[in-house]
Amino acid sequence: MLKPGTYFMEGNEACAEGAMRAGLGLYAGYPITPASEVMNHLAKELPKTGGRFLQMEDEIASIAAVIGGAWSGLKSMTATSGPGFSLMQENIGYAVMTETPCVIVDVQRAGPSTGQATKPGTGDVMQSRFGSHGDYEIIALAPNSVQEMFDFTVRSFNLSERYRTPVVLLADAGVGHMREKFTIPEKVKTIERKRPKEVDKEFFDTHEEDHVPPMPDFGEGYELMVTGSTHLGDGTRDTASFEAQDRLVRRLNAKINDNREEIEDWEEMGCNRADLVLISYGSISRPVKGAVKKAREDGYDIGFFRPKVIWPSPEDRMKEIGKNSEVMLVELSLQGYRMEVERCVGSENLYIFDILNSLPTIEQVYEKIMEVIE
Amino acid sequence: MITTKDIRNKYVKNYPSAFCPGCGDGMVLNAMSRAVEKSGIDQKKVAAVSGIGCAAWIPSPYWKVDTLHTTHGRAIPHATGLKVGNKDLEVMVVSGDGDCAGIGGNHLLHAARNNIDLNVLMINNGLYAMTGGQVAPTTEHGEKTLTTPYGNPSQGIDICNVVKHSGASHVARWTTYHMNELIKEIERTIDIKGFSFIEVLSQCPTRTGKKEGLSGVEMLEWYRENTTKNKEEEGIYVGEIQYVERTELTEEIYEQISKRGGKPR
Repeated sequence: MLKPGTYFMEGNEACAEGAMRAGLGLYAGYPITPASEVMNHLAKELPKTGGRFLQMEDEIASIAAVIGGAWSGLKSMTATSGPGFSLMQENIGYAVMTETPCVIVDVQRAGPSTGQATKPGTGDVMQSRFGSHGDYEIIALAPNSVQEMFDFTVRSFNLSERYRTPVVLLADAGVGHMREKFTIPEKVKTIERKRPKEVDKEFFDTHEEDHVPPMPDFGEGYELMVTGSTHLGDGTRDTASFEAQDRLVRRLNAKINDNREEIEDWEEMGCNRADLVLISYGSISRPVKGAVKKAREDGYDIGFFRPKVIWPSPEDRMKEIGKNSEVMLVELSLQGYRMEVERCVGSENLYIFDILNSLPTIEQVYEKIMEVIE
Repeated sequence: MITTKDIRNKYVKNYPSAFCPGCGDGMVLNAMSRAVEKSGIDQKKVAAVSGIGCAAWIPSPYWKVDTLHTTHGRAIPHATGLKVGNKDLEVMVVSGDGDCAGIGGNHLLHAARNNIDLNVLMINNGLYAMTGGQVAPTTEHGEKTLTTPYGNPSQGIDICNVVKHSGASHVARWTTYHMNELIKEIERTIDIKGFSFIEVLSQCPTRTGKKEGLSGVEMLEWYRENTTKNKEEEGIYVGEIQYVERTELTEEIYEQISKRGGKPR
């Protein structure tokens, strides 16, 4: 693990460093382009910090071992890309249902299917939100720099521990393979999961306002009943009653929805009543921001909006922007965030600039802006 | 003297049984409880991991230890994370034949290769019972099930042989007829450092029994008559199939950590 300081490194390596700073105790993964550098780095460095490293037989086993590791009391993580992320979906739902804190890094590549393994894409945005079956809410963060690969990995762990839920770090090949300077600060703020107090008997329900029950480890004598079946507060499986299903599923969703304000995060520039606001996220947001800056220097009233936390989406702010400005969504996929942005800003004043396989230049985005405003 | 009632109170939670009358699953719960009692290990340190199916319900919710009731076929990799996370846990995996040898077959193979210190009980009733009685990877050739109405066109797998050749330290087979032997074998798995695998042939009076016109007890009698402890004899072999000492994954990982200056948290 690197000492505090400034380094020139790859995004995936910065992610691995961030994980260790956050207190990673167990990593389980399976090689896949363009995410492998996360595990390559951790295989070497994690044991030195006391953490366990496991290369599993596939991605299903990887996410399963991560969940097992979390219940042994460790902060746990895996990293993958599209095909592996698809394989993990069932157990991500299991982690949601059992309220298991863990971090899943998806370094997105161009899909569908095998697609182009080294090329960036953002076609997993909807999958990160809806990929597993059933009604659930989830948290996903979208970094756009090597610094954010570090910072957002730390925040992913903090959010997962805070809300006892899986968190997806939704990176892309652009930001995962990018090399640039980043800084490891002297102090990194970390959050630990809520532990049971002596009086606590229920670890799967709570009447606390944040909806987050305390979580013991295995081996502490609680006779824990952890199950992906619908369950009561003490863990007892209840496969039939209306009350159990209603109470559990509504609370799991409320855990994210009622805490949106604490979770949401975005960056914006000149969005108030601009003629046009460009919404973008991930690596492609960099040339987009550059183009917006240039247009503003040239005297145009153009805004820039970038969700850092992509789920739950900053829907209130996007709705406000949509009321007052025309919007252009710029993303590395045809469908990525489109439905969500359209839902918030409406389809009448929404322009789309979608580009596949590689990042546009600042000039290309600038040209698009001119096309729209003229 | 510890009585049956004592065992029940100490190890079994007071829920109404979900198992059909005559099912072997309750017998396995009994055997597991007695084995843990005999071994003298701390009940608090026992963790049971299961997947989906009738057998997965043996520990969850009935067994009075920490239980992780996971997704279909994935009990073994969940258990791997738990064990590597905390080596002081005695991790038992209870899985049906479909769960363990079918959908979870790849995980079984690799856990045996890793020789990770898990104790896996595969409860084999020869079909998918919870979903109504479909063909399983263990179903014999020609058998009729819901999804092989004209007879199973495939072959049943000898899963013990697969696990043996994948590198597990310990492989054995028993049936619910052999309760005392089964208790001893489970107790042994607790002592053994490495991957332990016990195939437990167990009766399903609801699916197989009804079809064959056999009660639970008659199926136990069938096990008595069709099994042998002699490898040279005809019949289903019961007993130890393999015991070898090999390096174990968790110990290796912890050793690598301490050699590189890390301190397992």
